[in-house]
Amino acid sequence: MSKITDKTTMSRRTALELAGGGVIAALLTGTLAGAARADAALLSDAIKKAVGDSAMTEGRITLDLPEIAENGNTVPVSVAVDSPMTEADHVKAVHLFAEKNPAADVASVYFTPASGVAKASFRMRLAGTQNVVAVAEMSDGSLFTAKKLVKVTIGGCGG
Amino acid sequence: MKGEITALATIVALTTGAGAIAFAADDWGKFQVEDRRSGYTYATAETQAMQDDEFANPAMLWVEHGEEAWNKVDGEAGKSCNSCHGNAAETMKTVGSTYPVFAKDIGKLENVEDRINRCRTDNMKAKAWKYDSQNMLGMVSYVKRQSLGQPMSVKIDGEAAPWFEKGKAFYTQRRGQLDMACSHCHVDNAGNMIRANTLSQGQGNGFPTYRLKWQKPGSLHRRFRGCNKQVRARPFKTGSDEYLALELYVMWRGRGLPVETPAVRN
Amino acid sequence: MASKPRVRVPKTAKKGEIITIKSLISHKMETGRRKDSKTGELIPRQIINKFVCNFNGKQVFASDWHPAVSANPFMAFNFKAEESGEFEFVWTDDDGSTYSKKASLTVN
Ligand code: HEC
Ligand code: HEC
Repeated sequence: MSKITDKTTMSRRTALELAGGGVIAALLTGTLAGAARADAALLSDAIKKAVGDSAMTEGRITLDLPEIAENGNTVPVSVAVDSPMTEADHVKAVHLFAEKNPAADVASVYFTPASGVAKASFRMRLAGTQNVVAVAEMSDGSLFTAKKLVKVTIGGCGG
Repeated sequence: MKGEITALATIVALTTGAGAIAFAADDWGKFQVEDRRSGYTYATAETQAMQDDEFANPAMLWVEHGEEAWNKVDGEAGKSCNSCHGNAAETMKTVGSTYPVFAKDIGKLENVEDRINRCRTDNMKAKAWKYDSQNMLGMVSYVKRQSLGQPMSVKIDGEAAPWFEKGKAFYTQRRGQLDMACSHCHVDNAGNMIRANTLSQGQGNGFPTYRLKWQKPGSLHRRFRGCNKQVRARPFKTGSDEYLALELYVMWRGRGLPVETPAVRN
Repeated sequence: MASKPRVRVPKTAKKGEIITIKSLISHKMETGRRKDSKTGELIPRQIINKFVCNFNGKQVFASDWHPAVSANPFMAFNFKAEESGEFEFVWTDDDGSTYSKKASLTVN
């Protein structure tokens, strides 16, 4: 099952790269819809693995990424979560995912009350234009999420 | 003629401006001198920020590697660079903005890589370093970093003149299956898009440059090889006389622009 | 494969001040999905998969990294200064080796 999923995703990417968008991409919409479903499945699997499948609320997260990334090899990302960061009420972790990378996991950052603020910045690889998704885990077990679309002009080798 | 149309229309597909970030009226401060603009001015804000933050700039890892090697004894003579040159901030201050130079004692043009290797083999009795090895990139970056912000001013008269003329001729010489010269891209089309890149003026003031594509720093000669290959021309060797002459011409084209080593580019 | 890591931590801070810590280490972060251009064979994955920051022996920040973290990984994060002490930063490679660096902070 997972093998087939991988293949669909790959062939669509290769086709898009060759076509550079436009007419040929339009001919591929059938495949595209299938591939989008496959990406969504990979993403939800990765999220489930990281935080289980409790409900998530949108908000509290500021996800800072360029709208257009010059090169997918090195895309600066900064994530911050609104929280008092006390012993009783703090952000435990933020997990980052890239919807259309060969593997959805990017990184997890783990905070403590000693962090003062829940904020981290680093640089990530994006295999192409796609959504980056953040999921924050609070000390009371609640989950928050945010996503941002990044247009990538030259894809990085992904991850 | 036919070659030019094929190259421009089908393979290279230059399109005007859409993604170009800059307009003529933009003020680029120190990154522009008259009509000469650093590659910095064509980069996205994120790439510029990566270069500007001295800590976040990943190429600074190589500069630091160079600094360590500067003080390390190597070779049979039992010397380090520091033994003879002392404080690099003083003794290497003008190297980044004035090289390549005509070296009288060897009777040819010499760039920083070659000068370092001459010091290693003759003065230290140590092994030469390869172009684009971690050691060489580190040392060249460290040496050129000492000229940070200084206006580029290479000497092109006297014995350097024939080298300059050779480099200049190379720059406008059509090459490769696409039959294109450096000038077609970096003079006639600077600011336009080529594939997914914004073409810059192809300046050399930031080298060794950390390229996002390479995910590490690379020498100016490595860049020349890449640009030659893009038009399907046979590249020359790094360190070849052809590229040395071209380096002199490229550095002269950027006269007055500040040394940015190590720059960050796409 | 990795060279000496760099960290930037302010030397001093006021009690209760939130400081920014930056870290950088040279590493290829080989994804395991690239092919060798000469042999056509897959280059095995080798990345730094974990980064930890301890203060006075206690973990205050950590991060798990996957192959989608860029080469020469950079990480910036924050810390609330309450007492003087020593930071220890540790990066763990897929091959089990670790790279570490220390920095001290004086709180006044
Ligand atoms: C035994 C002494 C000695 C050692 C060791 C040595 N050099 Fe030199 N270096 C010289 C001399 C002599 C010159 C020529 C000085 C001149 O022309 O003014 C020179 C010139 C240079 C120059 C050109 C400076 C200029 O202003 O044009 C550079 C760059 C340089 N050395 C780098 C290095 C590096 C890097 C190392 C270590 C890897 C090194 N040298 C080790 C003696 C040494
Ligand atoms: C087909 C177009 C093309 C040709 C011809 C070409 N280049 Fe380039 N060059 C590029 C592209 C694309 C880049 C990356 C974007 C940019 O900076 O322009 C680049 C970048 C450069 C850079 C780096 C600029 C910086 O700021 O880091 C230098 C230097 C350079 N070229 C020199 C040359 C030289 C010398 C030649 C002739 C041997 C040449 N190029 C021929 C397309 C070309």
